[in-house]
Amino acid sequence: MTMAYRHGTEGLDMAWCPGCGNFGIRNALLKALEDLEIPAEELVVVSGIGQAAKMPHYIKCSCFNGLHGRALPPATAIAVCNRDLTVIAEGGDGDMYGEGGNHFIHCVRRNPDITHLVHDNMVYGLTKGQASPTSMIGFETPVQPEGVILRPFDPVAVAVALDASFVARSFAGDPDHLSGIIVEAVKHRGYALVDILQPCVSFNRVNDYDWFRENSFEVGDDHDPTNREAAFSLAVGSEKLALGVIYRNEDRKTFEEQQPVWEEDGTPLFRRGPDLEELRRLAGEYEV
Amino acid sequence: MKEMGNGGRADVNLVVSGAAGQGIKTVEKLLGKLLGRTGRFVFSTKEYMSRVRGGSNSTDLRVSAEAVDCPVERVDLLLALDGPAIGHMERRITEETLVVASPGDLEDRVGIRARKAPVDLEGLAEEAGRKVYSNTVAAGVAAGVLGLPLEECLPVLEGFFGDPDSEDVKGNTKAFKAGFEKGGDLDAGLEIEPGEAAGMLLMSGGDAVGMGALAGGVRFICSYPMSPSTAVLVFLARHARRFGIVVEQAEDEISAVNMGLGAWYTGARAMVTTSGGGLSLMAEGVSLCGMLETPMVFHVAQRPGPATGLPTRTGQEDLELVLHAGHGEFPRIVLAPGTLEQAFALTARAFMLAEKHQVPVFLLTDQNLMDTFYQVRELPLDDVDTTRFLAEAGEDYRRYSLDEGPPSPMAVPGSGTGLVCLDSDEHDEEGHITEDLDLRVRMVDKRLGKMEGIAEDVLEPELCGEGSIIVVSWGSTRNACLEAAALTGRDDLAVLHVCQPYPLSRKVGEILEGADAVITVEGNATGQFGRLLRDLTGITPDAEILRYDGLPFRADTLAEQLSSQLEGI
Repeated sequence: MTMAYRHGTEGLDMAWCPGCGNFGIRNALLKALEDLEIPAEELVVVSGIGQAAKMPHYIKCSCFNGLHGRALPPATAIAVCNRDLTVIAEGGDGDMYGEGGNHFIHCVRRNPDITHLVHDNMVYGLTKGQASPTSMIGFETPVQPEGVILRPFDPVAVAVALDASFVARSFAGDPDHLSGIIVEAVKHRGYALVDILQPCVSFNRVNDYDWFRENSFEVGDDHDPTNREAAFSLAVGSEKLALGVIYRNEDRKTFEEQQPVWEEDGTPLFRRGPDLEELRRLAGEYEV
Repeated sequence: MKEMGNGGRADVNLVVSGAAGQGIKTVEKLLGKLLGRTGRFVFSTKEYMSRVRGGSNSTDLRVSAEAVDCPVERVDLLLALDGPAIGHMERRITEETLVVASPGDLEDRVGIRARKAPVDLEGLAEEAGRKVYSNTVAAGVAAGVLGLPLEECLPVLEGFFGDPDSEDVKGNTKAFKAGFEKGGDLDAGLEIEPGEAAGMLLMSGGDAVGMGALAGGVRFICSYPMSPSTAVLVFLARHARRFGIVVEQAEDEISAVNMGLGAWYTGARAMVTTSGGGLSLMAEGVSLCGMLETPMVFHVAQRPGPATGLPTRTGQEDLELVLHAGHGEFPRIVLAPGTLEQAFALTARAFMLAEKHQVPVFLLTDQNLMDTFYQVRELPLDDVDTTRFLAEAGEDYRRYSLDEGPPSPMAVPGSGTGLVCLDSDEHDEEGHITEDLDLRVRMVDKRLGKMEGIAEDVLEPELCGEGSIIVVSWGSTRNACLEAAALTGRDDLAVLHVCQPYPLSRKVGEILEGADAVITVEGNATGQFGRLLRDLTGITPDAEILRYDGLPFRADTLAEQLSSQLEGI
């Protein structure tokens, strides 16, 4: 068992800018994985393209770093084909909510037992500063020189509207809060979204560490996350961004739990061979 | 039409035509069972419009005492379930065609040259209980015309329509008998003697691909429905519980291919089934497959394009698509079955090849093959290679090791204490991003180096006949080409069928080098396989026979085309 996650950054040629919110997210993720005691060889991190999507290269895990926007489909398939694995899909707001927006919607509907970590910095970093789906109206970029005119995408409200089984938001500037949320999200049975507010120190001079601190608040004990209407109100009705577990629905069955392949047999699918004798019987049924 | 020695017909081509929703499929299935059970051979194929109700569709059923495996243009018996069906079939009706239709529908078509047989299908159905039994009356007429023994038909009807005591079975049996009597009375001279077909398996191309996938060990299929490829998704969904398969309908083809790659990353053998338009959406995923070296089986059932094209019809227009889909350079394999047995065997083989060589394997079929039914003696189950090619992830496992292969041994996560890392970026041996350009070159060479092993597994073409003029067929046109060549009566013809267009066996070039002339037959407008031949062998076809109206090649008309081409050679 390899429990020692790569903590330091020595020997890593990291592509993140000094001061990037991704470092705080990495620290929080490492702490959560140690707290959860998940062996590295049983963890698969699935990602797409972007600075956030490089995370699996900077921690110790198996990984499927695929195409831009396409982390959720392979993550779903990995979870349903081998239930011994812990699956985390990780990427940025452009990756997960823009290019992969359709997969986000349908992944919530499927409810596979995966954790979805989205580094939400309201800007495109790797392509150097264009608007993202979560950029604020008026945000000026080289491609939107007169400011963004599209309304920002609200992942938390969308996830609650789709009755996602776990919806949370946290902040890269508060690794303790974030690691606690990640632990809950991974432990949750079913799809778990964690939208992570992340300052981009190079391309987003508006939504910086101070801006996020001033424009967010932690939900209190008075919020009942199992109350969907209250969760929706919290998502759309607050002037500031709510941090914490916004919504959870423990009643939803997971995608895996509803697959006939798992009803009587827990063997990962790769260890199951073809049943040629049963196939011979099936072919016989075609006799006229 | 060939005459048999005993004075009977060698084969009868009957066509059932009517509107969508009139139960043509039921007639096809029922007659298929009746013909097979009474020892006759049957081949069926359909052409239909992309709509749920109305329009005009038709199903050909070719019946013989000998094996039949391809369509003909000639129509000996037309069962027209409504008036528009006669107009729909007009181009194929001749003076020899016996047209069975309601008296009113026939009167409306006074100008038509045909042997007319007015039968009040609806009236007889109503007498039997319900108007909806019209299609059963039509099936009865066909059985009567073909001279099937009624006493052998009746038990089949009971089995077909369910509970013997139900009103439906009684009504349908009555309707069938009424039609049967009319059919016999027509004295049409279209009886078919029984052959040796009893006990054979009657299946479609979709069934054969589905069973091939089961033999290949499929554990995961994810797709977005698209004609004419959906039959495979439906087949595996029907047998998902029995064979332990995850079947998922994706939100789009992009999701489908990425899920499939995720599944095979865990070692679960996976496939997608789609048509040209869907594969266009998957193209980036094809490229990802090439880079990750994660195996994948792509079943591509062709239909005419571009864009939406003719959604329910046939063509061979996507050979170049599967050869080139996906940016960048990486090895691939393209298989194109010509028979139901090949559809089964090549599908199973696609899984083996994909895992052994860690490449995308395309199984290229078409509507013609998907929607075709005929009898096969047995499926070659004993020939299926069930070898697995998975390694264990040891402590220091490197997914893209340069020390072994190519390919580098493929392990799956959770199979050992090692980590399994894949990256769509150029990567190092461990699977992490790199911009080391020397390493990049070694990785490209390693990936492309897999072509050597792939070439060792290449399937040879099939050469039928000893003539020096060679008709080249690929994919589903095989059977029509073989019969057409025989129908020309020329012994200077041979047919070369290619079931693996890429990479192409060296034998193809060697055989064609020695030919006096080469004629390619393809279901497209530009001769895509001819171009591939020229590219890979340097041989330019002397003539091309191309069909791109959305219909399959039919033996009799193809024979005429061959004969006229041969005059010019």
